[in-house]
Amino acid sequence: MIEVDVRAQLGAFSLDAAFHAPSRGVVALFGRSGAGKTTLINLLAGMLRPASGRISVDGTVFFDTAAKINVPVERRRIGFVFQDSRLFPHLTVESNLRYGLSRAPASDRRIAFQTVVDVLGIAHLLRRRPFSLSGGERQRVALGRALLAQPRLLLMDEPLASLDAPRKAEILPYIERLRDEFALPMVYVSHSLDEVIRLADHLLVISDGRIMASGALTDIVSRLDLQPMLGRFEAGAVVDCTVMAHDDHYQLTTLGFEGGQLRVPLVDRAIGAHVRARVRARDVALALAPPADLSITNQLAGVVTALAVRDGAFVDVAIAVGPTTIRALISRQSRDRLRLDHGSHVWALIKTVALDTRSVGFMRRARGMMDVQ
Amino acid sequence: MLTPIEREALWLSLQVAMLATLVSLPAAVAVAWLLGRVRFWGQPAIDAIVHAPLVLPPVVVGYLLLITLGVRTPLGGWLDRTFGIRLVFTMGGAAVAAAVMSFPLMVRSIRLSLSGVDRGLEWAARTLGATRLNAFVSVTLPLMLPGIISGCIVAFAASLGEFGATITFASNIEGETRTLPLAIYTAIQTPDGDWIALRLVTLSLGLALCALVVAEVADRRVRRMLGQS
Repeated sequence: MIEVDVRAQLGAFSLDAAFHAPSRGVVALFGRSGAGKTTLINLLAGMLRPASGRISVDGTVFFDTAAKINVPVERRRIGFVFQDSRLFPHLTVESNLRYGLSRAPASDRRIAFQTVVDVLGIAHLLRRRPFSLSGGERQRVALGRALLAQPRLLLMDEPLASLDAPRKAEILPYIERLRDEFALPMVYVSHSLDEVIRLADHLLVISDGRIMASGALTDIVSRLDLQPMLGRFEAGAVVDCTVMAHDDHYQLTTLGFEGGQLRVPLVDRAIGAHVRARVRARDVALALAPPADLSITNQLAGVVTALAVRDGAFVDVAIAVGPTTIRALISRQSRDRLRLDHGSHVWALIKTVALDTRSVGFMRRARGMMDVQ
Repeated sequence: MLTPIEREALWLSLQVAMLATLVSLPAAVAVAWLLGRVRFWGQPAIDAIVHAPLVLPPVVVGYLLLITLGVRTPLGGWLDRTFGIRLVFTMGGAAVAAAVMSFPLMVRSIRLSLSGVDRGLEWAARTLGATRLNAFVSVTLPLMLPGIISGCIVAFAASLGEFGATITFASNIEGETRTLPLAIYTAIQTPDGDWIALRLVTLSLGLALCALVVAEVADRRVRRMLGQS
């Protein structure tokens, strides 16, 4: 368990954050720029000192004003992946990787050099210098360097933010592999809901130096009251699914979830694999009866459970499809025209095209399941 | 090719400059770090004291050395009694005078290179298990190397040319403290010494040019080694 309750003042910005998060899997720290994400993980790592409070991970206290404890950065054994990689320019890639490894206590060396090099695919870079690497390669080496310091917790401060879209797409699978291959708890800081949804199990939402929400990712993402913080066009539901069938002719995959099925563009995973689909509220239309002559194939019957007016023109609608909740963003005029209210029976219509690969994330492989790699 | 007098002056100058540079280097790194990476009360005062030799007349620095390190002063007397070190009128004294005069030049160069090292790299080292000192030695210091080398060469060259503080503190003793500039001065003072002075001046010029070339070559090599070019 990661337990934090800290206050800090940095110039005009004040942070007052308290949360508990599990110390397994990926915890995402999500918030807009300037919300205090970086400040909070710098406090966690020990690079900033809180004015008061307490920080502990799995019972080990790192900071406690009452007990006058402030463990220095190097003794916290918290790995850190910086946005700007921060590789040592005077050392080769291999020496960078071994920097933390050689300083870790011999008894703690459970993550092996060769394993990390293989998982991250950086064997061909070992003799190179950081200046000759591309942005994506640098970030892979930085990930490896942090892992090899044998941390008990890995913090990642927007590791993809300084990369362009193709490079992001290149690195994300590596982070997913790290999550799956090393049983290492991670805190992943991001302002991109796409990344968070692909990677995280637990979500912390931070705004203006305060923790606004903390809980399982699928619960938090569909909460109506948090929508302004998640952003109008980012808002939506996250649905845990299982791959049911592939249609090679039409290049489509059928995903099953509790309450129904979704047809999405072909997903590169074996039948039975767990994936996570993100259905953005603005991609969902509502109808009172199943329309017949329509191109939209995903038509899900459900019941309206909540409505919230947003920005005057829009209404956020929560629809229960069996035990799963999905979300629709429609105009207030449409709500009035269809006379939607609590308990209304509706059909939620989702275009297959809207469920692109960016919104389908690959989940941790369940134990005993066949390896699909 | 060289007369015994010239050889002696050259050899003495090199020894004095080398000694001055080596003695000031660790102190200059420490002072640069104190001024550049630590915040403490009285920092401007330390800064001013370190830079004083740049703006004081060298003869004043020589006199101040005389009244703090002279054999009859408490500090000088203690050095003499405990270690048998006499600085006044000795080669060691010439080195001390040169070191004090060139110290600010060395500190400035090292401090400039320190400010060019990204502190984020030091923090990265700390998260990888390095203590503050270890991070400085393994990351910051190597990255400061170009500045350290150029600082050493500047200090070495300045020490070769030091005159005022040396003649005041260590005097002008043949074979002991008569470095190149003092030998040139002596030659000029001597009737018919013009030819001797001219040869010494040429030697001095050649030495200075050599130092500059070595500095340039060293800088390029180190930068390539550090992956900065």
